Amino acid sequence: MTLTPPEASTRLRVIAVVAAAALLAAVAVTYTVRAVQRAEPASSSSEFALDRGHLYFRSTQEGAGRVARVPMTGTSTSTSTSTSTSHRTPNGPSCERFYAAGGTALCLLRRPGIPPKSYAVVLDERLREKRRVALTGIPNRARVSASGRMLSWTMFTTGDSYAGGGSSFSTRTSILDTRTGYLIKNMEEIPLTVDGRRYHSPDVNYWGVTFARDDNRFYATVSTKGRTYLVEGDMRKWSARALRQNAECPSLSPDNTRIAFKKRVRGGTKDPWRLYVLDLRTMREHPLAEHRNVDDQAAWLDDKTLAYALPGRDGGGTRKPDIWTVRADGTGHPELRVPGGSSPAAVR
Amino acid sequence: MYLATTDAVATAAKRGRTRRRRTRGRVTGPVLALGAVSLVTDISSEMVAAVLPLYFVLGLGLSPLAFGFLDGLYNGATAVVRLLGGYAADRGGRHKLVAGSGYLLSALSRLGLLLAGGATAGIGAAIAADRLGKGVRTAPRDALISLSSPPDGLGRAFGVHRAMDTTGALLGPLAAFALLWITADAYDVVFVVSFCFGLFGVLLLVAFVPGREARPAPPAAPAPPASRPGPLARPRPRPRKALTLLRVPAFRRVCAAAALLGAATVGDAFLYLLLQRRLDFAESWFPLLPLGTAAVYLLLAVPAGRLADRVGRRVPFLAGHGALLAAYLLLLLPTGGRPLLVGVLLALGVFYATTDGVLMALATPCLPAERRASGMAVLQTGQALSRLVAAAGFGAAWTLWGVGAALACAVLALTVAVAGATVLLRPAERPPVAGPPRERPDSAGPPAPTAPAKPPEGTA
Repeated sequence: MTLTPPEASTRLRVIAVVAAAALLAAVAVTYTVRAVQRAEPASSSSEFALDRGHLYFRSTQEGAGRVARVPMTGTSTSTSTSTSTSHRTPNGPSCERFYAAGGTALCLLRRPGIPPKSYAVVLDERLREKRRVALTGIPNRARVSASGRMLSWTMFTTGDSYAGGGSSFSTRTSILDTRTGYLIKNMEEIPLTVDGRRYHSPDVNYWGVTFARDDNRFYATVSTKGRTYLVEGDMRKWSARALRQNAECPSLSPDNTRIAFKKRVRGGTKDPWRLYVLDLRTMREHPLAEHRNVDDQAAWLDDKTLAYALPGRDGGGTRKPDIWTVRADGTGHPELRVPGGSSPAAVR
Repeated sequence: MYLATTDAVATAAKRGRTRRRRTRGRVTGPVLALGAVSLVTDISSEMVAAVLPLYFVLGLGLSPLAFGFLDGLYNGATAVVRLLGGYAADRGGRHKLVAGSGYLLSALSRLGLLLAGGATAGIGAAIAADRLGKGVRTAPRDALISLSSPPDGLGRAFGVHRAMDTTGALLGPLAAFALLWITADAYDVVFVVSFCFGLFGVLLLVAFVPGREARPAPPAAPAPPASRPGPLARPRPRPRKALTLLRVPAFRRVCAAAALLGAATVGDAFLYLLLQRRLDFAESWFPLLPLGTAAVYLLLAVPAGRLADRVGRRVPFLAGHGALLAAYLLLLLPTGGRPLLVGVLLALGVFYATTDGVLMALATPCLPAERRASGMAVLQTGQALSRLVAAAGFGAAWTLWGVGAALACAVLALTVAVAGATVLLRPAERPPVAGPPRERPDSAGPPAPTAPAKPPEGTA
């Protein structure tokens, strides 16, 4: 470098850097343009409505990123996977997470932009938009009460964790009463009782709400100081109490007697969760026949069957999730119900 | 002590050499080149940082828990790597080589993300490589800036560098979100474009930052005797002895002051969270709060650096912590609405502009050229570790006593820390002691916290 005269060497370096910059810019632009051409135009109008007897889900195959449905013929174990694929109706609303019950659907979606925005969209029985709530974070859980009145969703936000330690995310869970229109943006201020005592901590995070048939009682997960608790909440009294430890993402059965949940069976991040069912009368739990790691809020298809999403088995770059079902009594074995889908919701 | 030294050099420079007075108004080529490298590299790294949580949770369907774990895991490791990077750079003056390897490693980590696909282990390795690269390059880069600048222009040089660096950090997320927008969430495009930017940064460094042979000796007169006492006058840095730099009284005082103030700096995340709770503004604005701070930082970095060169670096450094104190107080007082928002973001921006680069300029005169990267690594690591302690302490106080009491504690701690730092950084009245440091000429001073020296000891 120092052997050539400084001016010539400088000019040479400028030329080399400009040439390299042009090459790199060409690579970046070409790659981007090809991706733009690949991208499908977004459309959010639905080609079908909420009808009884269908299993709704977010599709990752045909019409990827949009809700699709299959008929719920013979709900529990008799459906063969090949027929359910062929009966798929694509092109519902575009959502990241979806749930529906009692003539109301909840769609969590992201709209690109600077910065990208997230919304919770309330849809009626024709799957038309009724209300839209602007949110922060990454959509994670969505639930609608059996009557369609109470809605709840959970978002993950990164970067505002103040608890220190290993985790750098926190959750925000909202509850919307569609009858009164009252919205609780962040439920973490709810008075909480743990072990009979009023509990205070700024690091509480709630997620995974599930409502009872009376539209007043609900269950959720609260996490604080590295522990998770299953809490039972009361909308009218606006209070919550911890029932037990280590039960995340509760899902109340249609008959309101049992809760399906994911239980942490080992520490760390390698396959930590298994699906369990808790009997609310005896407070006894039993594991389900699904032995793989499940990170989802399970959905009851009926009082006997649970549906949940699992990452696809291809192991390559895509990992498109599939919807599996398993019996709630712990017998049988898991069955692949919908290949290329997530966010299952049975409309009964 | 070192302040007296700095001022002496500055006066000497003004008095004697007309040739340098002409260059005093300008920032040298290598500093601009390093600023450009940082700008481009920050675009590259902030692009990825902005989309990584989205990619992990929505793109791959992986658990946010796993992401939080990966993200937190490598933050601690950077402290060790930084000390090693500083030491490696000082050995034979290979700052450019060591910094360049760091930049290259971070650039290549984007390809790792692309190739890892959905494999958690692969993504973890790519994130680790990025952090490793960042840790390695920071101290050699700051040492290069200081070695390429006249002593009376250090504040401005670091100010220019930090302004360019922050520009990149502002542009990165915007570029990433724009790419996701036009490609309908094609994360691979973000990684590829980020890689191109990263590689371009490395090329800029290779082409325009002078290496060991080409780098001219710092334009200043040789470092004054006070800044290279006793054992440090030996030209070769000895392995595992980076911490012996703490025996230099002036440097020890800077480290102590930085660690003391760091231990009262509770962290932006807390302040943004408090702001959000107090203001109850639309949640979608929340991610834009750091951008407000960065914009103020960007605008004020150069003026603050120039001011530091003119009035002495300790003044803006201490005043900047006064601005942080003002931010705490604003959050404690019943002010609300727009004045609170603007006030806190402004105060935070001023805090960064007057402390981040200025601290490096403050430390430079107490570090001999051949041990500069090691010294800066020690200083930065000590500051980072004490800030971690502050964040943990604030979180605990919040949990135990509530928001108001925790903030009051922070105000008290910062007031004490600023007072302590003012004493530590006071200009010395006696002439610099050139004797061996074992005499501890400053033993009459306030006890220097040993916290920054402890954690790196076993690892350096």
